[in-house]
Amino acid sequence: MTAPHALPRPDRHARPGGLPRLLEAMDLDAHLAAYGPPPYGGRQLIGVVVAAGLTGRGGAGFPAARKLTAVAEAGRRAVVVGNGAESEPASRKDKELLWTAPHLVLDGLQLAAEAVGATRAYLYVHAQPGLHEQLGSALAARAAAGLDRAGVQLMSAPPRFLAGEESAVVSRINGGPALPRFKVPPVFRRGVAGAPTLVQNVETLAHLAQIARYGASWFRAAGTSAEPGTMLATCRRADGTVEVVETAIGTPLGELLRLGELPAQAVLVGGYHGTWLTSVHAAALPLANAGLRPAGAAVGAGLIAALPYGRCGVAEAVRVVRYLAVESAGQCGPCLNGLPRIAAGLAELAAPRPRPRLRADLERWAGLVERRGACHHPDGSVRFLRSTLAIFGTELTAHARGQCSATSHRPFFPVPAGVPASQADWT
Amino acid sequence: MSEQLRVNPIACTGHGLCAELFPERVILDEWGYPVISPEPIPASLRKAARRAVTDCPALALLLSGHQRAR
Repeated sequence: MTAPHALPRPDRHARPGGLPRLLEAMDLDAHLAAYGPPPYGGRQLIGVVVAAGLTGRGGAGFPAARKLTAVAEAGRRAVVVGNGAESEPASRKDKELLWTAPHLVLDGLQLAAEAVGATRAYLYVHAQPGLHEQLGSALAARAAAGLDRAGVQLMSAPPRFLAGEESAVVSRINGGPALPRFKVPPVFRRGVAGAPTLVQNVETLAHLAQIARYGASWFRAAGTSAEPGTMLATCRRADGTVEVVETAIGTPLGELLRLGELPAQAVLVGGYHGTWLTSVHAAALPLANAGLRPAGAAVGAGLIAALPYGRCGVAEAVRVVRYLAVESAGQCGPCLNGLPRIAAGLAELAAPRPRPRLRADLERWAGLVERRGACHHPDGSVRFLRSTLAIFGTELTAHARGQCSATSHRPFFPVPAGVPASQADWT
Repeated sequence: MSEQLRVNPIACTGHGLCAELFPERVILDEWGYPVISPEPIPASLRKAARRAVTDCPALALLLSGHQRAR
């Protein structure tokens, strides 16, 4: 749970020079000793965030300052939501951050609220044993210390893959199911209770809390010039271990996954909406969008996962795609019809003697669901499918002949069971 | 300003009327849901586009610069 390099704790009000910046366990006393109270400065924080070049750490990588500006300029009393509903089953960096440094997130929530003119804020997280209690006492301790200006309400997200999607978050807070909505008008104009709403990932808020204190050039001392700063990455290594590390953006995937000592056949970059790469290809690529884009991959929410030799990538992909189909909200025709067919088609392709037209069907269905949903679930699912077909071609050929190269058929990547059966499953 | 036809995919229930009223820009996929051409709509087709928007039984079509009140 710690970063790979052991570096000193930040001194009181000093500018910490190394890593970790975020992942240091602190209760409120330790937090105040290291950082002091939130440096309220109003809307001018947005200018600092522009200079820092902070991007959203929830998956889409959207510039944080553009969202802040859009909400601040909407001209009405705004609402801010800290989104900690990390729904990717294989990812745990937001949960780890909330457990480790809740006050950085809560400082960021306050500072963002002040910057956009919000007096109401929400912290939206999955129910996890103890986490709500821990966040509840953190909020109570802050109230006792008089730190917060905006009222914060804790909200719980249902255990669904799409529960953290921006419009689903807003729908849930508005008392409805956590289902994606058609985003006309966008939530930055009309979100919680009809107010302009800033939905920002909790890690993004924690970075914001530090940028407000130490400034843009401090933030830019790590990372690349195009993608500055550090990020939290969930690293699932070939030996089955999982570690959340805070790393400078641009660190090679091979280093993060220790591919030299823990060899893998393939690496999944960006989670279940992400892209498979061969291990050889991935090893030298940086954890940065500029370097991953030519490979058809993206950082997403910072999940990188190695698939060891002796496991079957095809079997893993079949399970993941079936899960993605089940987790479709079922609201949009193309996704509702396409994803189950794609999931069944991939399962058939993984079995002996698939029918000859199946691959063409899969490619057609992929084209038919892409960019036709209210949210990006079909797009991400298709990205995962296409890279599966591209990377595991040899294995698929073996499967068609009734063979499989795996020596263990135990599932390797986590895929939750359970099918949403009623509206109640989304609340 | 050139207008653009869009569908709200959540509201759309696949009646398919849009493809009959506006075949120049809308075809149906194999499940009966509209696939809308991204090409802009010239003045000559504007009337057909508006008709598709107004007559959609699910009120699922929007024309940019001509959004239906809902």
